[in-house]
Amino acid sequence: MTANVVSWILLLAIAAYACGGGVDYGAGFWDLLAGGADRGKRPRWLIDHAMAPVWEVNNVWLIFVLVLMWTGFPVFFQTVFTALWLPLALAVVGMVLRGAGFALRKPTRRLAERRIYGAVFAVSSLLTPFFLGVVIGSVASGRVAPGTTASADVWANTTSITAGLLTVAATAFLGAVFLTVDARRFGAHDLVGYFRLRAWISSAALLVIGVIGLTVTDPHASYVHHGLTHGVGLVLVIVAVVALAVTAWLVAGTAAGWARYSSVAVVALLVAAWGFAQRPYLVPTSLTVQQGAGASATLQWMLIVAAVALVLIGPALVVLYRLDTHGVLEPLTDEDVAK
Amino acid sequence: MSTAAHLLANTPAQLLPARELMAFTLASHILLVPLGVALPFVTLVMHYRGLRKADPVALLLARRWSAVMAVQFAVGIVTGTVLSFEFGLLWPGMMGRWGDVFGLGFGVEAWAFFLEAILIAIYLYGWRRLKPWTHFWLGAPLPLAALMGAFGIIAANAWMNTPQGFTLDASGKPVNVSVQQAIFTPMFGPQYWHFAVAMFLTAGYVVAGVYAVGWLRGRRDRYHRLGFTVPFTIAAILTPVQFLLGDNIARQIFHKQPIKFAAAELVWDTDTHVPEYLFGRLQEDGTVKGGLKIPQLDSILAGFKPDTQITGLSSVAADDRPTATQATIVHWSFDIMATVGSVLILLVLWYAWCWWRRRDLPKSRWFFRCAAVAGVASLVTVECGWITTEVGRQPWIVYQNMRVSEAVTPTSAGSLWTMLGIVVAVYVLVFGAFLSVLLKMRSRWRLADSGSAQELAEGPETDTPYGPRPEPAVGAPGTHRAPGSEQ
Repeated sequence: MTANVVSWILLLAIAAYACGGGVDYGAGFWDLLAGGADRGKRPRWLIDHAMAPVWEVNNVWLIFVLVLMWTGFPVFFQTVFTALWLPLALAVVGMVLRGAGFALRKPTRRLAERRIYGAVFAVSSLLTPFFLGVVIGSVASGRVAPGTTASADVWANTTSITAGLLTVAATAFLGAVFLTVDARRFGAHDLVGYFRLRAWISSAALLVIGVIGLTVTDPHASYVHHGLTHGVGLVLVIVAVVALAVTAWLVAGTAAGWARYSSVAVVALLVAAWGFAQRPYLVPTSLTVQQGAGASATLQWMLIVAAVALVLIGPALVVLYRLDTHGVLEPLTDEDVAK
Repeated sequence: MSTAAHLLANTPAQLLPARELMAFTLASHILLVPLGVALPFVTLVMHYRGLRKADPVALLLARRWSAVMAVQFAVGIVTGTVLSFEFGLLWPGMMGRWGDVFGLGFGVEAWAFFLEAILIAIYLYGWRRLKPWTHFWLGAPLPLAALMGAFGIIAANAWMNTPQGFTLDASGKPVNVSVQQAIFTPMFGPQYWHFAVAMFLTAGYVVAGVYAVGWLRGRRDRYHRLGFTVPFTIAAILTPVQFLLGDNIARQIFHKQPIKFAAAELVWDTDTHVPEYLFGRLQEDGTVKGGLKIPQLDSILAGFKPDTQITGLSSVAADDRPTATQATIVHWSFDIMATVGSVLILLVLWYAWCWWRRRDLPKSRWFFRCAAVAGVASLVTVECGWITTEVGRQPWIVYQNMRVSEAVTPTSAGSLWTMLGIVVAVYVLVFGAFLSVLLKMRSRWRLADSGSAQELAEGPETDTPYGPRPEPAVGAPGTHRAPGSEQ
């Protein structure tokens, strides 16, 4: 019972990271494709401006995912990190480069250096979600089991790669939608159309890769494939597709602000569909939630800690997002620290 | 030699690169931790002073420190994320077996860190638009969140040193987990307070050290005076406290981790009237080469009388204790830590004396030279403390319950060496860039202080691909208020 609750919280944390972190990675993705220094000047300005106040908070979700994994489901954590060593190692290297590139680009002035930091930030914004997606795809594909050692065929297969591409498409989609809304919010009207077009393109890409992913399955992935094409999983997938269409429609209209919610719903629903599809397994079809669960005393305490923490963090998070969306949060300018 | 060969034969090839990688990433991250935990506090003290006394210089310092905090915190998040990945990439055996016993501390830490990230985002980006006191009070819980985060991490580490809160079933799997016992282990209290005070003290000396250098170079204005005095005073108050806490934790180790104590003090045979060695190297046969030997002192320090019995390294089997080389490493880091701590006490006495006699900073250049070095020395001490606790536990990852070699990943040594190479290269770049960004911020601010800000701001290179930023919408230049001030 407790184990089930904790496993849903784990899925929720993954969904939160996919949405919060996804917006960030997506912003980096569009930074990468923004073109040369002149052409990309305006979009990059918006990207920098829009993501700065909240990006650190978004990335904390990942820490939660890891802690929930090793404390709640130690064997699951051990299994995933042993079998999928390489993609996880590459993802973490990408994360270091990305975080450092973004943080260091801001206070740097010289054009050449900013180019380097910017490129590092942008390229790793593409690679990190790809490898994280590959990890999820590999777990879903059923090629991982407790005791599996690291090897390329665990993750270099159609399902895993498709999941990686799907993740990149999802981040690009989230990034483009949020930037469209931000362009309006910051009064950069020339950029509204720019990012709206990209939101449409990435919606289409997401749809296409998703459809390919569902049709081209390999036999290993049959359990999750069945879950995604039947019952609750299928319903969630369909709702996600509807939300995708709604988002594409919303960004075109005047009420574009709502597109943020529907785009987050798309990604959260996809994560939920994956979770429902592989019930009751943590690792299909070798480790169930019950088999992988840690000591029940610890799981209960995790829920207590989480409840207490939510009381503390909830209000703080509300304040942060309210201040941010009301434009109260602004970085210090050079002038402010000069006198 | 035979024991060393025997140990090597039992260790998987990937153990060495895994340990090196963990040591390297943790040693790098720990350099950022003092500022991560305590720079918000130091900044808030300065901020409070600025608001309370309507002091524009104090507010300027607080704004600049939060600009530093922004960069430092971001790099710290990144290097910290690497560590959480490494639990799985390097030590899956430990997490798979023990994750649910001692992992809750990490849960507390993650939540605390979340809270800290939120508050820090509000604080860093709130300078311009929030009302001054609202801004201050939104930042005020930051030190508490930092202390709570440290609580979680230290609880996990103390558990590895003195594991409890479980029983083993027939197959060696931990059952009957008691969460309270697993968090409040015997070493938790001493480690927590020693660590927390170390972080605030180090942050104080590091920040003060920057302004001590400026002072030595002749910049003796109020800005440098304030920038030195506030953090140095914080550190100076904590130094004697840390001296007592350090003495206490050493005695706790003597009682609760006798083998680690034996390594730190190079005690080979269990005995009374044990001498204290200052430095020196432990040989394979148990003798100590070099160093300064003070008869009886180790027994006196541990138990307050010369006939206190001290457990020696040879009381346990060779493969259950640190090797001679590891013991020497532990001993040196322990001695360096104790030495630096003692020298800092002298520096604080000097400072206190001048303040008591003249209500002024010491005049001697030597004082500021020492103060400038104190920042670096405290960072070295932090490293030493960590080496003492980690190397002193070898060969155990969970003391007496799991060896490091049992916890290591089955991934091949080649992959791990490659990863180590990449990580070292990336960290060199990241830390190099981090330092160069800090240095550039410093030069920009120095130029601004000397009045040539305009030339700099209008230089050709400021037109970046990511700029220009919109003009701040605060009003006409005449009515511009400095962020954070009420004027």
